[in-house]
Amino acid sequence: MATLRTKNRMLLLGASLGTASLVLTGCGAGSSGGGEGGSEAGEFSFLTNVENTTISTELETLASDQCKTAADAMPLKVDTVPQTNLDQQLQLLAGQGALPVQFAAGNAPALTKELAGSGNVLDLEATLTDLDVIDQIEPAAIDTIKALYGGFNVLPYQYNVEGVWYNKQLFAENNIEVPQSWDDFVAASESLKQSGVTPLSASGEQGWPLTRLISGYLFSDLGKDALQKVADGEAKLTDPEYVEAAAQVASLGEKGYFGEGVGSIDYDTAINQFLTGEAGMLYMGSWVLANFNDEAANQIGLDNIGFMPFPKVEGGSGVDNQYAANVGLPMAISQKAYNEGTGEWLKCISENYGSSALGNQGSISGFKVNEEVDVDPLTQTVQETISSTSESVLWFEALFDTQATTASQTNAAPLVTGSMSPEQFMETVQSALK
Amino acid sequence: MQSVLGDKKALAILLGPALLVYTLVMLVPIIWSMGYTFFSGNAISGFTFVGTDNLTRLFTDPEVRTALSFTIRYAVVITVGQILMGYLLSLMYVFILKKSSNVIRTLVFFPVVLPTVAVALLFQKMFEIAPQNGLVNSLLNGVGVESVDWFGSASSAFWVIVLMDIWRSMGFYAVLLYAGLVDIPEDMLESARLDGATGWRLIKNIVLPLSLPVLLSSIIFSINGTLKVFDSIVALTNGGPGSSTTPLTLYMFRTSFTFGDYGYGSSIALLLTLLCLIVTIFIFRSSRRDLTKD
Repeated sequence: MATLRTKNRMLLLGASLGTASLVLTGCGAGSSGGGEGGSEAGEFSFLTNVENTTISTELETLASDQCKTAADAMPLKVDTVPQTNLDQQLQLLAGQGALPVQFAAGNAPALTKELAGSGNVLDLEATLTDLDVIDQIEPAAIDTIKALYGGFNVLPYQYNVEGVWYNKQLFAENNIEVPQSWDDFVAASESLKQSGVTPLSASGEQGWPLTRLISGYLFSDLGKDALQKVADGEAKLTDPEYVEAAAQVASLGEKGYFGEGVGSIDYDTAINQFLTGEAGMLYMGSWVLANFNDEAANQIGLDNIGFMPFPKVEGGSGVDNQYAANVGLPMAISQKAYNEGTGEWLKCISENYGSSALGNQGSISGFKVNEEVDVDPLTQTVQETISSTSESVLWFEALFDTQATTASQTNAAPLVTGSMSPEQFMETVQSALK
Repeated sequence: MQSVLGDKKALAILLGPALLVYTLVMLVPIIWSMGYTFFSGNAISGFTFVGTDNLTRLFTDPEVRTALSFTIRYAVVITVGQILMGYLLSLMYVFILKKSSNVIRTLVFFPVVLPTVAVALLFQKMFEIAPQNGLVNSLLNGVGVESVDWFGSASSAFWVIVLMDIWRSMGFYAVLLYAGLVDIPEDMLESARLDGATGWRLIKNIVLPLSLPVLLSSIIFSINGTLKVFDSIVALTNGGPGSSTTPLTLYMFRTSFTFGDYGYGSSIALLLTLLCLIVTIFIFRSSRRDLTKD
């Protein structure tokens, strides 16, 4: 009896220790990756996603020119993280109280709201007013930020419209008119495919360039409040009219319009396919102008690129000339790391970034352009589009939380490769929405 | 020695520091982690007590079902592959290559020392279809077969992971099992041969039973390691396409650190723990069975 009890006790002890140690092991797997990006005293540390080189390049330029005084007092230090790992990196750093001075806002605006709610994000409206540079930010950019982030919590290093970029030469060679409707768009894709060109270049690895097509279709078909209704619980992504949008995008994949291996194509490859003439169209935001202005990468030539709004779904209740607008790759400032040196940097950035980024990289920001800048016709077109767009829409995941954003972006490639049905895709994203 | 071990003070001095460190770095975080299962939230937004909600959610979450199914399939296939390949290699070292097996052993062991991420990148490039065909698709094209999007479907991505992980680890198990095989007394093998046991009969009746202890240790190593797989999958497929190659560990990591739900993440860790525990107990139990009876 005593032996049995000892045996049971040993088994229980063994089981408890085993359980306990494995729980720790389980958790231990996730503990890597922390510690990066933490700010050291006296540095203007900046954590950004590795795909975005525009902002860090421009800040480095400013650090050696207009912002030299601020940079001498507080040197710029750039750290990068892949965009797909950005959200978890921010959460880890915030949990450890180690956020850098400036950091890329997460993929989901909900994360920035959460960080702001816990006192990790600087209120820029108050700070920039104190620094007397609030008038250096375009009011439209502030409005967009407030609508998305619940306050002026991020800097508009880019202020973008999104739409479809197309290769004029390929269109002309195949007698394709600029598509006005969704049906025209599908027909143009078919013509391009027949001519041996990938119709649409898109990164399935990132996922969002594909889900942008779903939201574009939804806004055009159901109106600009289509996804607000989902966020408010008035509609579900599994409703037939919503599933239809996913089905339309899935059918583009089924017809082979994204080319081979879309799930493995990363952001740079997608851009390169368009810029080398391998693809006829690219859905992207105007931040891509920086890539277009890179003469080494752009083999089709700047004059050969056209820009059009999202094609209208016939009979849909959306607006004509629909563009999605956003503050692409917005950056937040850590409230805890804010000091006088950061203030100097903010003042200098607000006063100079707009002209500098536009002049050097053709990148349009939400900062005012204070100097006369010569820009190419394409950038000029985009600038005019931004100023003439009275009604813009958001993107698919703009109102989703982190989990639904991840579910949407990781399942976009399976949707267009056919390994997931439109119903399954919408069901997966809907069930991830809290 | 008897007097030292009988002295409670001496025991406390000898064991105290180790126990203290163990308690601080192991037991406290374990209990802490288990405590999280009763809360939702994270370090940024704070925690809310939710009782057993996280544990009941485990039974209804389709993502958990997918991750659990993948984890078990992966663990079974990889364990069988690792042990089988390792055992065959070790038999080859001992019975075919004999004393000249050094070079082959080193070559087969080489992938074990390579960083996982480097191996994953190598396999990504080998199996890629875009922006250009990798080695495998080029070979397929060479024999008139169309390119395959290996990472585009759940089943093909699974088999690429399997191939990579078996290639990466079979050298380790081969060496481990080789150490067990060389311990088998040569005179026992010799007498078996004199009795007419050769080839498969020799392996089945003599080599296999005598190498069973090291084989069992290898299986426990392998199954526990594979149930907790993380790095190789993150580097090769990042759990995709969709979530079809997402193991429990990766789902737990994302839940905790991307979705910001430490409580549910800890619940998934608990599930993984129970899984490891059940498998380990099952293997131990079956190993205690007396093979000479029944």
